[in-house]
Amino acid sequence: MIELRGIDKAFGAVHANRDVSLSVRAGSIHGIVGENGAGKSTLMGILYGYYRPDRGEILVRGRAVVLRSAQDALAAGIGMVHQHFMLVEPFTVLDNVVLGVEGGFRLGPGLARARAELERLGRAYHLEVDPDARVMDLGVGQRQRVEILKALSRGADVLILDEPTAVLTPQEADHLFQILRALRSQGKTVLLITHKLREIAEVTDVVTVMRAGRVVATQPTVETTPERLAELMVGRTVALRVDMTPSHPAEPVLEVADLVVTDGLGVERVKGVSFAVRAGEIVGIAGVAGNGQSELLEALAGIRPVTSGRVRWKGRDLAETGPRTPRRWRRLGLSHVPEDRHRLGLVLPLSGQESAILGYHGDPAYNGPVRLHWAAVAAAWRRQVAEYDIRPGDGRLPTSAFSGGNQQKIVLARELDRHPDLLLIGQPTRGVDIGAIEFIHRRLVALRDAGKAVLLVSVELDEILSLADRILVMHDGRLVGDLPRAAATERALGLMMAGLPEPSARAVHAAALAGTEPA
Amino acid sequence: MSPAWPTRARWRQLAPALLPALNLTLALALSAVVILVVGEHPLRALRLLATGAFGSAEALGYTLYYATNFVFTGLAVAVAFHAGLFNIGAEGQASIAGLGVALLCLGAGGWPTPLVVVAAILVAGAFGAGWAFVPAWLQARRGSHVVITTIMFNFIASAVMTHLLVNVLIKPGQQSPETREFDANTWLPQLHEVARGLGVDIGRSPLNLSALVALAAGALVWCYLWHTRWGYELRVLGHNEAAAVYGGIAPARVVIVAMSISGALAGLVSLNEVMGVQHRLLMNFAGGAGYVGIAVALMGRNHPAGIGLAAILFGALYQGGTELSFDMPALTRDMVVVIQGLIILVCGALEHALRRPLEALVGRAPAAERA
Repeated sequence: MIELRGIDKAFGAVHANRDVSLSVRAGSIHGIVGENGAGKSTLMGILYGYYRPDRGEILVRGRAVVLRSAQDALAAGIGMVHQHFMLVEPFTVLDNVVLGVEGGFRLGPGLARARAELERLGRAYHLEVDPDARVMDLGVGQRQRVEILKALSRGADVLILDEPTAVLTPQEADHLFQILRALRSQGKTVLLITHKLREIAEVTDVVTVMRAGRVVATQPTVETTPERLAELMVGRTVALRVDMTPSHPAEPVLEVADLVVTDGLGVERVKGVSFAVRAGEIVGIAGVAGNGQSELLEALAGIRPVTSGRVRWKGRDLAETGPRTPRRWRRLGLSHVPEDRHRLGLVLPLSGQESAILGYHGDPAYNGPVRLHWAAVAAAWRRQVAEYDIRPGDGRLPTSAFSGGNQQKIVLARELDRHPDLLLIGQPTRGVDIGAIEFIHRRLVALRDAGKAVLLVSVELDEILSLADRILVMHDGRLVGDLPRAAATERALGLMMAGLPEPSARAVHAAALAGTEPA
Repeated sequence: MSPAWPTRARWRQLAPALLPALNLTLALALSAVVILVVGEHPLRALRLLATGAFGSAEALGYTLYYATNFVFTGLAVAVAFHAGLFNIGAEGQASIAGLGVALLCLGAGGWPTPLVVVAAILVAGAFGAGWAFVPAWLQARRGSHVVITTIMFNFIASAVMTHLLVNVLIKPGQQSPETREFDANTWLPQLHEVARGLGVDIGRSPLNLSALVALAAGALVWCYLWHTRWGYELRVLGHNEAAAVYGGIAPARVVIVAMSISGALAGLVSLNEVMGVQHRLLMNFAGGAGYVGIAVALMGRNHPAGIGLAAILFGALYQGGTELSFDMPALTRDMVVVIQGLIILVCGALEHALRRPLEALVGRAPAAERA
């Protein structure tokens, strides 16, 4: 169906694709895995007409094509579902589908045609979405369906999906996979870019592994294992699971009671949450993105105002003794690795070592009465580079020049360097390559084993399941589950993440185990 | 690694210097077209402009005298800019500072000159900072955008000054709205006089002690922004407010401090004009320096060294342009403003227009070598 021959693409000194050849069979689901920076996105960009290859050719149905724009790609039957949806939120589903292909001066006929087409596609592929619903009222899973519908209604025979499950619950992901299978059975071709090896095994027919711009393997999925794929991606053996000894939790470090957090628009995002984190344990908060975990984390870190509720630090109510500001928290021994390191944790245009002192820039170790001693900052930077294997080691490079994994290491090194009593950490491995994930997980476990407390927020269930001693599940601003890891399964957690309260989730789970799952 | 590396690295080093130079050349080329259209000879005009600005010690003195103002206002705009704020109010801050300096000088008849100079620097800074503080406070506490409020404050400053000069401070028995001349002990020493005292003749020009104050201000701004924790906080805020909050930085406080420093720097223009040259307070003595400062900061990439160079360029355009309109009547004062406008347009608004072609040129070279 699609064939790439000897594709080469360089951005200045960065050689993103080297001699990439790839053949995608019509009517198959073809997975592409690789670490960040392996060249997956560049390759897909070339297929979708964003970039033009320096060398090599693209064949669609055996004919060489030149793709200069997304229009060219669509004309060749290639459609893209982006990781970040490209939808106009206040518009209806129908409006969004028609956008760009209105077909003529008057909108009416185009809309009518699109409506008929939507109905046909919905029936054919289990892609039912109300065409008159506004996109802003739809959930993430449904928005994704709209994106798929958009591509299909424009006549795409090949669909490229870029990390499609990043924002979905496991159940929503299952539904997506059903859709993909339905597409395959109707002869469509799917290219699935992902870093989740489980999804590769579950849904793809063939998998291509990329590393450092090259294709290192293309194999039928049934002949591979996740361990083997991970090894191919990284180029060495990696441990997908962290070895952990049982935890020995001690005194509570942080106690939260009836915490309510309201966002800037006056919407309650955290609706009365109570829990405790004790020294020597990792507490994980699982949940689908956007259910209040981010707001909870930022409120605890002192970045967002707390509307009501109590926060106790080592048994003392803090509100009575002073303001809950990030500055004061840091002095007390709370560190925070924010979810979004680009927005909060780093200042991208500043140099690496400047970012590495954010929040601690007033530290007497770095400061004279007036001057900020860059020599001291550079010395601390060199120490962190050695200890956390940050690359490149040149602290004068802009922060933006570091890869995602190394940026995360900069934040982690900065926050762990102070040996905090409590570490708040959100999405510790988002956009981080497998090698670095292993490293970050080990550091978190080491912190716990040193008797410190860790509160981990992650939308990656695998991560929660492999790290947390205790798992809290958050849905719609409330905690709907609190269970030790031993009692947690992906399925039970998934049901709670979808909003089913803990007891019924457990019941459904037990029923499933007994083989009497209700339909 | 690949052979492209050294070229890329060298390009990164050269780009900050190469781009403004290229932009300036382009702007001058466009100006040449304009001069041709008016019916004059572009190269002769350019030569006149250059000799008018740098041809003699006097000319250079005038150029640097103009540049002094632009250094102050350029630094003012740059400090605010590093904090993510656009201070368009340097003009008003300079005028109000002039009021402060004038009141000091009128009352300091018997003081020793060094004392007056130190007091005047403090007063100019304080009045300028005060005039910038109000918009800063409104931005920090009430969310009123400083772009809007500082422009408004320029008009308020202008009206206040007109009122005071016409009705209160005017020298009795005189038509033009200006104060009486200050006593000579409050005049800033002229550099040519100082030089003559040391046995050097640098030609008569209004260049005065404030030029050295401008140099010192540039050095202090550099130290503050890049070598103190407060400057660090200011730059973090300018790049990313959310990260600043995360880092324990209080945005409101930094906004107020940054704008106050900015206003103080703008206020120092009054040293040069009121105390150094006019020796009296008159209307609109800042003469648009506050607005030119925006272009200077933009061209100087908000770095004190760049601002110094850009200020000299604009000083040269002011001084050389005046000479030019003497010698080439077809090139009126307005035509000189057109040339300035072209420079601002190309170097400021179209700052990066040449970047991509240039990068493509540099980037392609090694690829060709490989092939």
